[in-house]
Amino acid sequence: MSTLRIGFTANGTARVHQIPAEMLLIELLRDVCGLTGTKEGCSVGVCGACSVLVDGVLVSACLVPAVHVDGREVTTVEGLAAPDGTLSALQERFIVDGGFQCGICTPGQLIAATALLRERPKPEEREIREWMMGNLCRCTGYQRIVDAVRGASA
Amino acid sequence: MTFELHRAASADEARDLLGRYGDDAVVLAGGTAFALLWKQGLIRPAHVVDIHGVASLRGIARTNDGWLRIGALATHRDAERSAAVREHCPALAATFAHVATVRVRNQATVGGNLAHADPAQDPPVTLLALGAEVETTAGATPLGSFLRGPFETSLGSALLIAVSVPPLPAGTRAVFHKFLPRTADDYATVSVAAVRTPDGNVRVALGSVAGTAVRAEAVERAAGEGVPPREAAALVDEAIDPVGDARGSAEYKRRMARVWTERALLDLAA
Repeated sequence: MSTLRIGFTANGTARVHQIPAEMLLIELLRDVCGLTGTKEGCSVGVCGACSVLVDGVLVSACLVPAVHVDGREVTTVEGLAAPDGTLSALQERFIVDGGFQCGICTPGQLIAATALLRERPKPEEREIREWMMGNLCRCTGYQRIVDAVRGASA
Repeated sequence: MTFELHRAASADEARDLLGRYGDDAVVLAGGTAFALLWKQGLIRPAHVVDIHGVASLRGIARTNDGWLRIGALATHRDAERSAAVREHCPALAATFAHVATVRVRNQATVGGNLAHADPAQDPPVTLLALGAEVETTAGATPLGSFLRGPFETSLGSALLIAVSVPPLPAGTRAVFHKFLPRTADDYATVSVAAVRTPDGNVRVALGSVAGTAVRAEAVERAAGEGVPPREAAALVDEAIDPVGDARGSAEYKRRMARVWTERALLDLAA
């Protein structure tokens, strides 16, 4: 089979799609599901712009074969706010602390930090910098991103 | 471009599929290396055998006879956080923790790393110094003979099942150093693992400075005989064949291989 049928949930919504075998998760999310909040940056797993959660695990959507989310739960930046649109505490802190400038890396920063706070609800600054090291930002100099993550964890 | 995707439900099914399609098939595990090679057009297999769903290949455990066995589908992060790995050899857990970023470690598998045989990878270095064996559907092979060259192994059409580390005598010391002059998520300019057993036997392996992770046997003999670390580390030259790239010239890597080998030997003595 060079195409196959997969079923998964994206931000809580059940989906079934017929996809090409070689499709990557970033293409499935953006081009098939229309979830364009997830950005494609470097395309080689380095920059972190395409960070998403699969069953809660932080991965690069540009490196994950789409077939590997069959039966799983995918969370993108569109899934961080409550269904009524209320932003998560972390999203609020990114706004309050100015944790972004141009915004292209922000969906990935938010997803990565969400995964961190689930694993370590009160990370030290060193742990935040170590965890977020793979999410590149060319605008902020990172301090405000670290501030936002610390603010959300307090 | 596409391929026939075969989602194996068991290791036996994957082995049979690989036997049937031979050189026309590649194995898909975590997908990190696969995605990168596919995007660059470096692989165009007719058949892809996907083992991602084979849960039996994921376990990490210490066996009754004291070996540490890491299933091929354990992720780097599984290995880094595993109590069994930490108890067996903290330096091995630390080695997995040094690879790339948490995102990559969440996806990339231990078996995929070994089968990909990228000479700049970290885990083969420490595994080699620990005397690890690779278990495949065609039998067990010492890691040193499994790794044949850059991106080349003895695997053929067999399936990699697990990598196993022999028991370490009580009091064994092991260290891993990764020299990263650029960014923390980079490949090493040079990496070194060194192991000393209480009887004075020393094993040293290096990464990123040859076509595969390599043992430095002259260093091992000298260090084992009590030659001081600086002189012993100078013997690393004959084991390595670095290639100049963005992480340093060949000459720079040779010098750094001596420096970091010496540091590893000093750590063993400390």
